[in-house]
Amino acid sequence: MDTVEKKLPVGSDPKRKRGARINIPRTSALYTLLGSPKARVGFVIVMLFVLAAIFAPLVAPGDPKEFVGATNQPPSAQNIMGTNPQGKDVFRQLVWGGRLSLLIGFGSGALMVLIATIVGMISGYKRGIVDDILNFIMNLFLVIPGLPLLVLLSAYLKPGTATVIFSLAFTGWAYNARIIRAQTMSLREKDFVAAAVVSGEPVLKIIFVHILPNMVNIIVGGFIGAVIYGIMASTGLAFLGLASTQDVTWGTNLFWAQNGGALMIGAWWAFVPSGLAVALVAFGLALINYGMDEITNPRLIAERDVKSVLRKAKLPRMRATPVVPHEH
Amino acid sequence: MSIETSEFVNPRRTADGKEPLLDINTLYVEYLTRRGPAKAVNNVSFSIQPGEVFGLAGESGCGKSTIAHTILRVLKPPAVITGGQILFDGEDVLKMNDRQLEDFRWRKVSMVFQSAMNSLNPVITVGEQVTDVILRHNKVSKKDAYDRAAELLKIVGIEPERLKSFPHQMSGGMRQRVVIAIALALNPAMMIMDEPTTALDVVVQKDILQQIQQLKETMGFSILFITHDVSLMVEFSDYMAIMYAGEIVEKAASKEIFTNPIHPYTQGLLSSFPSLTGKKRKLTGIPGSPPDLVNPPTGCKFHPRCTRCTHKETEVAPQLTEVLPGHWVAVHAGMPLPTGNDRIGQSSVAKR
Repeated sequence: MDTVEKKLPVGSDPKRKRGARINIPRTSALYTLLGSPKARVGFVIVMLFVLAAIFAPLVAPGDPKEFVGATNQPPSAQNIMGTNPQGKDVFRQLVWGGRLSLLIGFGSGALMVLIATIVGMISGYKRGIVDDILNFIMNLFLVIPGLPLLVLLSAYLKPGTATVIFSLAFTGWAYNARIIRAQTMSLREKDFVAAAVVSGEPVLKIIFVHILPNMVNIIVGGFIGAVIYGIMASTGLAFLGLASTQDVTWGTNLFWAQNGGALMIGAWWAFVPSGLAVALVAFGLALINYGMDEITNPRLIAERDVKSVLRKAKLPRMRATPVVPHEH
Repeated sequence: MSIETSEFVNPRRTADGKEPLLDINTLYVEYLTRRGPAKAVNNVSFSIQPGEVFGLAGESGCGKSTIAHTILRVLKPPAVITGGQILFDGEDVLKMNDRQLEDFRWRKVSMVFQSAMNSLNPVITVGEQVTDVILRHNKVSKKDAYDRAAELLKIVGIEPERLKSFPHQMSGGMRQRVVIAIALALNPAMMIMDEPTTALDVVVQKDILQQIQQLKETMGFSILFITHDVSLMVEFSDYMAIMYAGEIVEKAASKEIFTNPIHPYTQGLLSSFPSLTGKKRKLTGIPGSPPDLVNPPTGCKFHPRCTRCTHKETEVAPQLTEVLPGHWVAVHAGMPLPTGNDRIGQSSVAKR
């Protein structure tokens, strides 16, 4: 018989079916994120607050600072979350308060991580005198007690949203910068960085094009942590009366509730909603962080998939490679 | 000449009634991916006799290392073993629990990993790493363990003083010897060597292989040797199997495979290496690349790359069949056998 060489398409399979309905590609980051039950819960919680804040005029129409009736009224049909010690509607305050609180949280989180990334990466990559100076500054900010500095800044600067974001970022960036510096120091020793150096690429390109994408997980994780810190700290500041009391935030809501003695007379509806909102958003963000881990570490996804296979086959979990017999 | 069809029989070697040390039976391993399961090991059976060197060869991604890791059950998710038997000394490794596996690993089967040079911890001395495994598995004093470690290092040809060294103070070859010493620590009946010399230069490679051969002779363990270097394998192993896309396509004594390869893939592999002694010829290699294991080609998985396929349309995969005594091949019945020109180096030896 002849041994004629035929060119055949390698790897093409006509039997392979295409998905019937359009959905999120199974390999996309969003799919992975939403595939994790923890992250899904976190995403829903955070989105709930974000959407409520964006559509505040529709969710809770009316001015949150408007005087609506008697003070410290418990929840009723008219005021579904009651009124606070100033006779303002608690539900409106909660929804509208989310606007500024979330803006401050995400704004200061982004600013913190931006500073941390730039300082941390340059410090970790450059080493030497540059690192010495930047590292000294980082250590300085780490040992200065954050809250007193924050209180000081807030007290002396003109009150306002920008001030709060700026002072939070100013006091809170060093922690992430240290982590990013350490990771940069580890990555700069890798061969692909050496290859970029010998091929003559500029330093900034090496840092931000070659090294940065390798630590997106750390940066995103740091960002989520920073947002939580931003929301918590800004609420704390406002509660202490150091933010502009004219603004409506979850923190000022708590400040007014405390100011009017809601805690003393047991008007729980005046302070529970805002306090709970802060806690829930922080909780939701922390849950998303778990999902983030899976995106950047596919092994975790694989572990989850195998666990679900074992659960379906009613087999115990073990450290060794599992045996799941089935027909072939 | 064409190959006769014969009844499918369990393609296990039953060499003169001896009990095999390791007996792998219709093993299936799958990697669960989001695109579907990738069948990394598909219906693989082979056995290793005590004191024998068994070679597994094939290109990257054909499932060689997967089999090695499956024997010790150390494959990480998303790998799942979906069928078969791995009998070691009559005991089924796939039925063991974590506790039993701890006893089984290293004491009975040890392993030299693919990146053996990197499997030493850079911040711990070599001595500590060798004594570690002895202390973990035996109730002995630190002193005794250390003496044993010194002895092991001597066995693999390193002065015992080097126990105090850190891995980075040693050359690649020495580190490789240390890793082999660790694998020998508990006197295992079998050693799995997953491309143990790939990262070494040819001279050191030769040295170490000779050393392993000697150790095997004196200590009497079996070796499952994995490599993509078929010419090296032919020299080193007694018996070998060629894998393609998770399946064994040819299995015979190493000399037989070298002189009389039947499967087109085996021939391709052998003609990918130049022969030092034979006459000059063009290195042909194998066109194309390995198939996607999630959606493998139907029928014979090699057919898209095969130049002699007569059954392109067939959906039935050829079974491993004993075409010559002790020589198993998975090809379709009636496949034309190669003529002299296709054959590697010493084609004149081929027909017997």
